[in-house]
Amino acid sequence: MTAPVAISLSVNGERVEAHVLPRLNLADFLREHLKLTGTHLGCEHGVCGACTVRVGGEIVRSCLMLAVQANDTVVETIEGLSDSGEIADLQAAFRDRNALQCGFCTPGMLMAAQDLLREKRMPARDEIREHLSGNYCRCTGYQAIIDAVETTAQMRMELKV
Amino acid sequence: MSSIRTNPERLSVLDRPNSYIGKTVPRPNLDRLLQGRGSYVSDLELPRMAHVVFLRSPHAHAKIVNIDVAPAKQMSGVIAVVTGEELAAVITPWVGVLSHLKGLKSAPQSAIAVGRVCWQGEAVAAIVATSRAAAEDAAEHVAVQYEELEAATDMRTALDPATPIIHASLGDNLAFERIHEAGAVDQAFAESDAVVEADFVFGRHTGVTLEPRSVVASWNAAEARLTIHQGTQAPHMVQNIAALHLGLRDSQVRVVCKDVGGSFGIKVHIYADEMATYALAKMLRRPVKFVADRVESFNTDIHARDHRCKGKIGIKRDGTITAFEIDDLTGIGPYSMYPRTSAIEANQVVNLVGGPYSNKNYRARARVVFQNKNVMCQYRAVGHPIACSVTEGLVDLAALEIGMDPVEIRRRNLIADDAYPCTSPSGLRFEQLSHHASLTKIVEMMDYQALRSEQARLRKDGIFRGIGIASFIEVTNPSAAFYGVGGARISSQDGVAVRLDAQGSVICLTSITEQGQGSESLTAQIVGSVLGVSMDRVRVVLGDTDMTPYGGGTWASRGAGIGGEAALQATKVLRQNILDVAAAILQASPAELDIVNNVVVSASDGTPRIDLNELARIVYFRPDTLPPGIQPELMATRHFVPREYPFAFTNGVQAAWVEVDTDTGFVKLLRHWVVEDCGTIINPQLVDEQIRGGVVQGLGAALFEKCIYDDRGQLTNANMADYLVPMSGEMPDIDVGHVVSPTRESELGAKGAGEAGTAGAAAAVTNAVNDALTPFETIITEIPLTPQVILTALKKI
Amino acid sequence: MKASAFAYARATSVANALELLAVHGEKARVLSGGQSLIPAMNLRLVAPEVIVDIGGLAELRGIVIEGETLVIGALTRHADLLKSSDIVKCAPLLAAAVAHIAHPAIRNRGTIGGSLAQADPASELPACMLTLGASIVVRGPGGERRIAAEEFFRGIYETQLAPQDLLVAVELPVADSGSAHFFQEFARRHGDYAITGLAAQAVLEGDRFAALRLGYFAVGDRPVLAEAAGKLTGVTVTPALLAEASDALSDELDPHEDQQATPAMRRHLARILLTRCMASLLKRPDLQIGGVA
Repeated sequence: MTAPVAISLSVNGERVEAHVLPRLNLADFLREHLKLTGTHLGCEHGVCGACTVRVGGEIVRSCLMLAVQANDTVVETIEGLSDSGEIADLQAAFRDRNALQCGFCTPGMLMAAQDLLREKRMPARDEIREHLSGNYCRCTGYQAIIDAVETTAQMRMELKV
Repeated sequence: MSSIRTNPERLSVLDRPNSYIGKTVPRPNLDRLLQGRGSYVSDLELPRMAHVVFLRSPHAHAKIVNIDVAPAKQMSGVIAVVTGEELAAVITPWVGVLSHLKGLKSAPQSAIAVGRVCWQGEAVAAIVATSRAAAEDAAEHVAVQYEELEAATDMRTALDPATPIIHASLGDNLAFERIHEAGAVDQAFAESDAVVEADFVFGRHTGVTLEPRSVVASWNAAEARLTIHQGTQAPHMVQNIAALHLGLRDSQVRVVCKDVGGSFGIKVHIYADEMATYALAKMLRRPVKFVADRVESFNTDIHARDHRCKGKIGIKRDGTITAFEIDDLTGIGPYSMYPRTSAIEANQVVNLVGGPYSNKNYRARARVVFQNKNVMCQYRAVGHPIACSVTEGLVDLAALEIGMDPVEIRRRNLIADDAYPCTSPSGLRFEQLSHHASLTKIVEMMDYQALRSEQARLRKDGIFRGIGIASFIEVTNPSAAFYGVGGARISSQDGVAVRLDAQGSVICLTSITEQGQGSESLTAQIVGSVLGVSMDRVRVVLGDTDMTPYGGGTWASRGAGIGGEAALQATKVLRQNILDVAAAILQASPAELDIVNNVVVSASDGTPRIDLNELARIVYFRPDTLPPGIQPELMATRHFVPREYPFAFTNGVQAAWVEVDTDTGFVKLLRHWVVEDCGTIINPQLVDEQIRGGVVQGLGAALFEKCIYDDRGQLTNANMADYLVPMSGEMPDIDVGHVVSPTRESELGAKGAGEAGTAGAAAAVTNAVNDALTPFETIITEIPLTPQVILTALKKI
Repeated sequence: MKASAFAYARATSVANALELLAVHGEKARVLSGGQSLIPAMNLRLVAPEVIVDIGGLAELRGIVIEGETLVIGALTRHADLLKSSDIVKCAPLLAAAVAHIAHPAIRNRGTIGGSLAQADPASELPACMLTLGASIVVRGPGGERRIAAEEFFRGIYETQLAPQDLLVAVELPVADSGSAHFFQEFARRHGDYAITGLAAQAVLEGDRFAALRLGYFAVGDRPVLAEAAGKLTGVTVTPALLAEASDALSDELDPHEDQQATPAMRRHLARILLTRCMASLLKRPDLQIGGVA
């Protein structure tokens, strides 16, 4: 039973079929097998949030999910959200506000921020801080990130998108 | 943000039309990081690449009796299992000392332990396999027989005769001691109206870069050349040291550094496991990848700030500070780190205590001791948070003693803004600081009086809020005085080469590096402004020892001030060279021409004369059409290092507004202010964000961060759930203001801004907490200010 | 930091899961949401030989009201609890508590069954189960049985579950329409495990408690249903009585020491929580000001 297990899933809209060892986590599967290196590993024990991806439309820690558990699911990574244009405005707000420095937390941060913005149209600053409270950033001190998310929410409200 | 240039008497090359200097422009190439398409070393894969995992000592101090690698070698996927003795044939040991730190001693350190381990986490064997998982599997089957030795862990007893000496050859556990005396300290204390003393205790903490330390080293046996891909702040330093210890020439080592997931000083050192990775690549003739996992990071990334400092201040009733005295003790682990040494932090504490004040009487002793814990070394704002917390804590205690407002006592003692240049009692030379302007500005920004009223009103309702102020000085733009004079081959100069390409764009090669601070942006802003081209036409190349000029890299807030000036000077030369060519083509004189928005124009009226694209076409493809005797040089290189002042000191002040729940001991950070003077501001947004990020690292130290060791030298919270870093939910909004006093050492006038936030944040918060707790008549001088510490001080538990 | 190798079995039904557990016994671990198990495996703190993945068992998922009983399937995620109108209506304490569990990405995977089986004494849900008088529904080789929450938790990461057992659901009495609840925890950072926490539920009659249940967590090796609640039931709560109850609470708790807090600090915080709880439930701010702290 330690042998590779067949899995089939959708990753960023593409059908992916693979044989994976049971112990392989989703983050390593994305990074090492699919070469989607935008999903970062900061702690590998579920605390830092750098590996946040969407599974079935919901954010999860990809280091705390086995690739075999992703069988038959729809997985979206930062590369997918970037190419679809879904978060182009959020990314622009991050760029304009310098809401990233080293950029290592950024993919996970964008995932968590977009999750909030899909759930709530105009979150208060405290709500943004709370929703992102599981995503660690050592560079920015968070304020620029909170600003960028707030700006994006306001712009989406104005555009009614 | 408001900036006032204090010497606008002349227009410089920075005041040109369409200048980017002083403007907020987005950093170039951020989309790469925003889309998850960066190139971090942890992402890198090379053909035939193997993964190394280090088996690490579970003991703080032990003799290695035997290592049985045979079972591990048989395991699936394993390529090699290498011990310290075997690796010693490939790479030589090192000793982390510098000659200008007189008396500093340390013992030879090996890439992998030989015979003995000196801290929990020191590598005892390397397991190289086809995957990290396979290497970890095999590591569980390397049997090491240890004979545990008594560990020296408590810095307070490290020098006691009963404590085992970690390195017998050194004679004792004292790595370094510095004693400094200036003025007439005893007399000053004797003449004071009050003398206040306190013991300050600082939690040992670490950098926690989100991307762990990562190296891919690749040896090409045919070329006899090692390529090191590493997330480092100082590529040329890595090149030199790798070559030195592998018996190679510098030219046989190339260091490539693309995106780096956080540095903060953690990635400016040479770590034993990185050295081992270089050596393994050479030994095994293939690429070897080492990415520290998070537990390894806590156990092996340098720690910092583990100090206990006795402080003493003399005060007169009129608020005059008469003297400072400190006795600082720090434990640095079993080795002085290589090559920057682990004595710098304590040395900085001695240098910086009392630094903002005009007092002349100062006595200091700092002792640096060995212990069986992970190594300590330079981390962001080296020594500053300790010096600032001690100084500003003492100043507040003195104010309390004589019943003076904390702002007022600072007004009466900060060095006057017109007193420069001057020298501190510790011997630091200040070119131009702005303590009073900064203090005035922060008092306005925070509406100090209104906060005091609010504090008084809320106190009646049992709500305890406090204001904390902390003035500070900051070391930036270090010259050779930091390391070079002590014999370290660490460059303090930086170089920039700029080249016009065949379509009129600019390629700029710089020796400073980027870890998110905005080195690329500030370089492009300077080049674009000085040359007269738009930023989208400037491509900046960093982090490759085969390509960039030689230089120090990015650390100690030197990128903008030193690398930026080199960029400015190189671009001035290129600009003149272009104008010379343009003049020849246009049959004009260079003085009649200028470059604006990618076009050579008439200086007098801005009439377009020749597009840079066209000029480049002629130079590169039709040089035959140029007048005889003209040899265009569309590439220019300049280097820069400050010469007059060893360091460009900056200054600033921080203020914290906090609420303490006296039932629970929890501190809520309500608001935080910073006014900082980093000289010429190249990009206001980047400066502000450096400061905010720095403040939050300081707030982490104030409230959360501590490496908790037990008395056997075991780090007990080496994971991200137990080592608490600041997260968004608890951090306040931070208002940043500026006073601008450019340095005259350079035409750019920029000083650094990377340390300021971290330097003063913990001091401001500690002072604010003590201010909040004034009704309870308790003073806390220990960080982190955990609920346990606060409730204990309040005698609630 | 990669997990050790293991064999993987995706259970096709509860019966199949029980068969797998019967075969592999202590060598196997049940994988539910994995938010506690996988970090421990990544850190190689645990290295099960077999993982029985119950994640696909739809029969274990969902919230239903059966008369006066709220039944929550073991695979119901924290995020499901947080979004459920049935939970808000029938177990509002649970809704309040779940918001404090970790972070959104964790709540999207973590399950109630996983949390209870993990039995971390610092986690919120076990204490809520005590407070709410839950029954833990367990299936094993001998069939299905119900274990009162008060009996279920046996120590740090220890429960009544045998290696062959599967936690399939919890059953809670639907909250009385007149009941009130209080939930507060002291954690260093948002989403961290609590240093000390209290999940309380009460039924008020006038200015007195007709019923009061105080479920403390992070105060020892398992959640504690404080007996001190008895002193505060059926009487008018005065500052003196509250002080007495607080003393009784201090006596009955046996907190542990860790990096965050000493036992004395945990006792202190437990008293603070009691005071705040009383002030909140009874709407008596006077009990908090100059209280027992």
